[in-house]
Amino acid sequence: MGPDANEHSELSPIQLRVRALETILTEKGYVDPAVLDQIVERFQTVIGPHIGARVIARAWTDPAFKAMLLEDATKAIASLGIDSQVGDHLIAVENTPGHHNMVVCTLCSCYPWDVLGLPPIWYKSAPYRSRAVSDPRGVLADFGIVLPEDTQIRVWDSTAETRFLVVPPRPAGTDGWPEERLARLVTRDSMIGTGMPLQPEAAPQ
Amino acid sequence: MNGIHDMGGMHGFGKVIPEVDEPAFHAQWEERVLAIQRALRYARAWNIDMSRDAQERLPAPAYLAASYYERWALGIELSAIERGLVNADELATGHALRPGTPLPRVMTMQDIGHALTRGSFARAPRQPARFQPGERVRTKNINPSTHTRLPRYARGREGTIEAIRGCHVYPDSVVKGTGEDPQWLYTVVFEGRELWGPETDASLTVSIEAFEPYLESA
Repeated sequence: MGPDANEHSELSPIQLRVRALETILTEKGYVDPAVLDQIVERFQTVIGPHIGARVIARAWTDPAFKAMLLEDATKAIASLGIDSQVGDHLIAVENTPGHHNMVVCTLCSCYPWDVLGLPPIWYKSAPYRSRAVSDPRGVLADFGIVLPEDTQIRVWDSTAETRFLVVPPRPAGTDGWPEERLARLVTRDSMIGTGMPLQPEAAPQ
Repeated sequence: MNGIHDMGGMHGFGKVIPEVDEPAFHAQWEERVLAIQRALRYARAWNIDMSRDAQERLPAPAYLAASYYERWALGIELSAIERGLVNADELATGHALRPGTPLPRVMTMQDIGHALTRGSFARAPRQPARFQPGERVRTKNINPSTHTRLPRYARGREGTIEAIRGCHVYPDSVVKGTGEDPQWLYTVVFEGRELWGPETDASLTVSIEAFEPYLESA
């Protein structure tokens, strides 16, 4: 048994399968492993919910920006000069005390990568994809969220290339906070509609 | 197609279980799958609609048993075989045994800036939008065996046009190989009770993004 075989014995079937795929594609010149490394690096370092949080914090402090965001989110975010380019067709929807928006993709797992990074496992899972459109209150309960009975719930099923960003309500007790500090209250889930922003006392330092 | 991927409204999958402090990837092979998918799309081996279609055509038990990135890997294998890029015997041995069909381009270090860029799906319209915001519409009761973005739970249902989102590449045609066939795209909103019956929470509304061919006047 050569060193190669020893190494393979440590690998799971899916690891072996993906390694085989990458090897073949590389040998045929379709992909370059060094380029693949760079793609991964970018996904790990450039995009993430910190981008969305910055957008929300700006919307909380700048009414003109918020109006522009709700009118054309792609254009509004472009005006912030964020490094990663936000693609076309981004739509921002506002959560208020009487109206709660929640985003899902029942057919696959469409998600606003540009502003939130890669989706969490639960967003891509069958429990969320199946129940979000028929039992959103039950799904919210799984996240520990209970909304008043008279709150209108709107679920957005991402069935095309439009993408949705929820603008959560600004927490009370944050008057005068600078944007950077406010951004630390904006959770990923609050921008999907399955969570709320952190309360001021819970803000990470 | 009426596949297992079309999950809206199904029962029996259990609770949503969020993971605390979830990392972007849970294993290194997941990173490779994502990167391979991006690189092959850049190379125009297939596009986003075709990659969704490939996953939807996986056998239902395989689809359900696979994790998200496993499903991507299976979809890439299927598409790569169908496009003549690789063969099953090569996947089995783990090495290239013969040349494959050439691709229009290959992603190099110079193209890395495109790795994260999302393209635009808007196209010039060939005719004015048929519906206007506020108009009542009914989704068609269609059951194509090919790729579609009209979920089963929203077929044959009455709703309201809320917004026109522009004229977009039409996935149903792209996957059939009949071109981009741009169609007007609308946000159509339904009462929860129209979708799920009179017992449903009256505070619920659900919207889908519907291409014009899915809709008729109500």
